[in-house]
Parts: sequence; C-alpha cells; structure tokens
Amino acid sequence: MTTRTDRRIRIGLGIAAALLALGFLIGGVAALSTVGGAVPDLAALLHDPYIRAILGFTLLQAGLSTALSIILAIPFSLALHRSRISGKRLIMRLFLLPQALPVLVGALAVITIWGQNGLVSRGLAALGLPRLDVYGLTGILIAHVFFNMPLAARLVVAGLDRVPAESWKLAGQLALSPLAVFRLIEWPALRRVLPGAAALIFMLCITSFTIVLVLGGGPAATTLEIAVYQALRYDFDPGRAIGLSVIQIALTTLVLIAALRLGRDPMGGFGFGAKARRFDSPSPTRAALDGLIVVIGTLFVASPFVAILVSGLAADLARLVTEVAVRRAALTSLAVSLAAATLSLVVSILVLMAIEALRPAGRDSAGRRATRIGLETATSLVLVVSPVIIGAGWFLLLRQVTNVLAAAPYVVVAINAVMAMPFIVRIVGPALAEAQTHNGRLAESLGLTGLARLAFVDFPAMRQPLALAFAFAAALSFGDLGAIALFGSNDFSTLPYLLLQRMGSYRTADAAGLALILGAITVALMATVERGFTGSRERTA
Amino acid sequence: MTQTNAAFAPDALVVDGVEFAHGGTAMHFDLTVKAGEWLALIGPSGAGKSTLLDLAAGFLAPERGRILIAGIDVTALSPAERPLSMVFQDNNLFAHLDAFRNVALGITPRLRVSREQRRAVEAALAAVGLEGYAARLPRQMSGGERQRVALARAFLRERPLILLDEPFAALGPALRSDMLDLLAALRQRNGAQPATVVMVTHHPEDATANADRVAYLEAGSIAAIGPTTAMLSGAADPRISHYLGMRTKNV
Repeated sequence: MTTRTDRRIRIGLGIAAALLALGFLIGGVAALSTVGGAVPDLAALLHDPYIRAILGFTLLQAGLSTALSIILAIPFSLALHRSRISGKRLIMRLFLLPQALPVLVGALAVITIWGQNGLVSRGLAALGLPRLDVYGLTGILIAHVFFNMPLAARLVVAGLDRVPAESWKLAGQLALSPLAVFRLIEWPALRRVLPGAAALIFMLCITSFTIVLVLGGGPAATTLEIAVYQALRYDFDPGRAIGLSVIQIALTTLVLIAALRLGRDPMGGFGFGAKARRFDSPSPTRAALDGLIVVIGTLFVASPFVAILVSGLAADLARLVTEVAVRRAALTSLAVSLAAATLSLVVSILVLMAIEALRPAGRDSAGRRATRIGLETATSLVLVVSPVIIGAGWFLLLRQVTNVLAAAPYVVVAINAVMAMPFIVRIVGPALAEAQTHNGRLAESLGLTGLARLAFVDFPAMRQPLALAFAFAAALSFGDLGAIALFGSNDFSTLPYLLLQRMGSYRTADAAGLALILGAITVALMATVERGFTGSRERTA
Repeated sequence: MTQTNAAFAPDALVVDGVEFAHGGTAMHFDLTVKAGEWLALIGPSGAGKSTLLDLAAGFLAPERGRILIAGIDVTALSPAERPLSMVFQDNNLFAHLDAFRNVALGITPRLRVSREQRRAVEAALAAVGLEGYAARLPRQMSGGERQRVALARAFLRERPLILLDEPFAALGPALRSDMLDLLAALRQRNGAQPATVVMVTHHPEDATANADRVAYLEAGSIAAIGPTTAMLSGAADPRISHYLGMRTKNV
C-alpha cells in the first residue's frame, strides 16, 4: 500500500464516520419537523407569553450561574496558584471530579447539603434563622456553581500555568507587589481564558437538563430543555416541542459562535495544573487569607461528595445490591456506557485521523481546509443540538415506524456516543496532531502505512489521552439522564433512571444508596480504565 | 554601593559547598567569582549550568551550603532581596507592555513614573541602541531587539552582579558578537568597578573575546575552571577538548 492510498483510506473512513454522526444528529432534527408538522413561525413563538417566560428563565439562570461560577473561581484560583500549600495537585484532581460525577448524583448531594433538611439549613435553624429553600432558582444556581466553578477554576489555573516561568522569576527579582503581579501577570492571563470559560459555562447552563429537572420547581423555574421534555413526555404536544427546540437551537448556535470568537477553544484545558513555581512572597496575612479561600472553596466542592458517601452508607446497601431492579439497571448502565464509549471513540478517532491526513506538509488547498473544518464541526454539532432534542426527534420518528421501546437502547447508546464526541476530540486531537507534526514526515519517508503506521506512530501518541477519553465518555454515558429520560421504561432502565424514579416516589434512603452506588461505579470506572491503559504502556515501554 | 578599592572588594559571588538534587543528579558546586570579573559557564546540557544560576539568583534553594554575594550571605534571602539582575534566553519581556514599560519595571512597578525615572529609562534604551523604540511591543521587535530591552532593564537596575542564562543563544553569529560587545560596554560603569558578569553559553567562541575565566561544568559540578585562553585551547582538560570537539578535529 502506498502512502497515498493510505491517506485516501483514512480520509474516506473519516468522512464516512462524520457523515454517520451528522446523519444521526440531523436525522433527529429533521424528524422533529417532518413528523410534527411544519416548522412553526419563530416570531409567533417568541410572542407566546409562556414561551417567553421559559426563555427568560433559561437566560436568567444561565447568566447568574455563569457569573457566580466565574466570580467565585477567580479569587479561588488566584489564591490556590499563589499559595505554597502542598496538595495543590490533589485539589485540582478533586476539581476534575464534578465533571465526571453523574449530574443527578450531584443534584441529590446539593439537596443533602443545602436542602430544607440539609446541613446548612439545620445550622441556620439552630441560629434561629429560616431554612433554605433549595427548589427553584436558588438550588439551580448552587448546583450549577458546584459543577461549573471547578471547571472555571481549572481553566483559570491552566491559564496561569501557561505564563512563562521567566515571568514569575522576573516578578520575584523585581520585587513586584501583589497588586503589580495581578496587573502585570495574572490579569493578562485571566483575560485570555475568562471569555471562553464564561461562554462555555453559559452554554452548559442553557442546556442543563438534569439539574433543572430535579431542582426546578413548576412553570416559574423551567428551561427550554425541560419544556421540550415535558411537552413530549407528559403533555404529548409535538408542535410545542418543535417550537421550543427551534428556539433552543437558535440560542445555542448564537452562544457557540460567541464562544468560538471569544476564546480559542471553549472546551480546552484538561490538565491537572498548578505546576508553576512562583517567587513572589506574600505577607503572612495575605498567605493566611489565601489559605482560607482555598479551604472554603475546597470544602464547597468536596462537601457534596462527603454527603453522598455519608447518606449513602446510611442506606440499606445490602438490600439494594440484591434487588433485581437495581442489578438489572446497573448491568444495563454498564452495557450502554461501554457500548457508547466504544462507538464514540471509534467514530471520533476515524474523524481525527482523517483531519490529520488532510493536514498537508506543504501548501494548503481551500478544498482540504473546508473538509477539515466540516469534519471538526460534525464532531461538535451536538453542542448546538442538545441530546434531549435529538432524542425527541428520534422518539417521534421511531414511534411511527416501530415500537419505541424496542429501539430505545440503540438510540440511547447513539445519543450518548455523540454527546461524548466533542470531549474525545478535544482530549485526543492535540496528541494526534503533535504526533503528526513530530513523526508525520518520518513515517511518510519510511513508507509506513496502514496498521503499521497505526501501531508505531499514531497509537503510541494517542494511548494516554485515549484512556482518559474512553473513561470520560463511559462516565458521561453512565451518569446520563438526558437520553434515558425520554426512552426509559420499566423494561429499559439505567441506574440514573432508577434513581430518578426513587427520588420521585420519595424513597429518600434508597435514592441515597443508589446515588452512592452510581457515584462509586463512575469513579471506579474512570480509575480502572485510566490505570489499565497507562499500566499497559509501562509494560511495553 | 560603597566605593571600594578593587583589590579589597569582596568577591562578587561565592558558592560555598552548595548541594542540590535535580532530577536524580546530585549537584555540588564550589565557585568564587571576583568583583568585576566576567565568567563564562560552558558544558553539556544537563550539566547544571542553569541550575547554578538559579541557585545564585534564589530561584532554587540549596539543600546544603551557602551563597554569598558581595561578601553577604544571601542563602536565606528571596530573589528580590539579592543584589543581582538576571537575563534569560527568552520571555524576558511582558508581552503586553511596550519597551518603555518593560524597562521601567526595573526601577518601579508603578504605573506612573517620575520625570527623573522617565529620563533614566530613555537613557537606558538609548544605551542599547533603541532610541525611538519606547512604544514598541515585544511582538513588534526582533529577537535581538527584545534582548537589548532586557539588557537595558538589567543594567538600569545598577546591580553589581549580572547573571545571563544563554541570553543570545537564539541569535545569529554576527548579532551575537554585536550583543557581546554591547554587554562589554554596558558593564563599564564610569569610574567604578565594572559589573560582574556570569554567563551561561553554548558557544565557546562567545567567551573568547570577553570572558576573563571559563568554568567547565559536567554532571552537576564544576569540572575545571581557569583563564579563558588556557581553558579553550583544549590543553587544560581532556574532557573540555572532547566537549569542544577538538579530538575529532585534530585527528
């Protein structure tokens, strides 16, 4: 096989994979419009007071969540980056956990800590103050901050870590004051990451499903995403679902365009961070203040995990584990998540390898560039078209052709797979691109093609990020509620679905136990997969 | 600085039995640099040249031993408290500040500069041949110009000891030789003793014209030190001639 044929095969496979993902996404949206009748008039929709209220609340909660997450992340990351405490890396690892934790488990944990009978409320009651009401905007904000403040903090710390080591040395040598360090070094670094981080968080909060489903209360606290789901699941009003979906897609498209303009890539920054050595010596008061900020921030993020552990252990775990429904749900979850992660990984890597094959050594052509951009867009389109909307489309389409329940598992796996693609592409892509720049010419001059090239050049470069990506995709699917919420039933139920049912029927102890099981399996899944891959690397090395 | 007779001036830098473990290599340094001297540090990568400078500047803390600058023990002092200036290979300038601000940072971190300070900064820029460059941002300057700005700041600070970590490594041969001449001129402080220079270099020929002595580092310690011509002739130590590639050349 010549390198030219090899290149063609790679590009062909990548385009096929991208078309598959694209077809699934577009199919879902197209199904919405064909099955549900004509696309409604957007202007008319925006005059509907009900829809306006929902749109208003969607923007309000997303805006406030973003502002709070960013405002709290800034002092925390600055303090963490400046302070000399040991265990910085540990804190950064803890801050990675909310992104892996099933959202439903996080929402339950927020209720446990901040709810009416939660730790904070009991403390307030003891002081003679009113208890907190976690349902509605307050709870949504707390939960969104719990999930997104750590994300913002990691992006900020990563931004500070990108500051050249010489800048910190200069700051030390020139005896710059804390204010001067902020003005000259920290603020310029923040200014580069904050717009992208804010846009990313805003987008995540606009399309946030689980948190609003659990903590949102009634029509006063409903978002577009939830309204789509309710229109299908409860009212069965496809017309309204379609109208809401159209508004949602328009909104996310706008935000994504803004995000891409504001930051280089709103989803970047997966490092563990806090690596820089600094030489500015803070005064004792300042060091103490930094320590306090770090402790408070860490407690805020760690407390829900502790809550899950404590209340979960109090539940009757032995009975839960032997329960048939729980066992079946756990096995279903495992099967769905592994299938979704594998599918997602295969499709993403085929697309990524095509992108690299299209990256020329010499001059670029317009056609190649356009194809590359098209491929990249296909992997990220799910950010605009949310899983609930795709699910809604396929739900309406399949209902006409076949038994929805029979097709449900495949649709859920497919939705979970496309959901993970933007993450996989961003975790694995840079490593593959680096391998291409470092070894691409050498591989071509040696005539390495096909499996040999894969084994000697591409796979070694991807192995570690691949492990992280697979673990991330599996965890994302394992904890997902968005797809299963529409397609779930007593015959096809995953752990998050079962957990939602138990929460709905006020079986609090059961819910706590299930949350612990769900959280523990997710964390274990990530740890094993990551270790398995990195371990095998050490054996072969 | 007190005006002292050169003969009685304390040594500019003394590294006394300093030990430091770096990535599995145990390093041990003993070094005395006289006031007004120009010392070049050469040796293979990983030998500890930059580590030695970082220890002297206070960016790394020794596990054992003392560091004295101008006769004062600075081992426990922070980088800011040590009377020296350091110039790195790159990233010497803050990318979003113009040349004037970057130099002015050497004397004040404040936004406002006094008329006196302004004049001093402008003189420093002129001294490195960059009149009219005050408003340029680092990205609007060439690599050589950026290093000139860094030198302007280092000398504006009027510290008796200048540490340079491969400052001209990224520049071409002609430009490098220009920069060395500039450095030689800058360190002459009218009447007073010239500033002491310790410079890491990968180009032994950088040392020939200006350095008084050359220290050859290998595997985390100073393997040989002596007058420049003797050291670079290859006669001093077979390890140096091997490093310089003389054996293959002479055969």
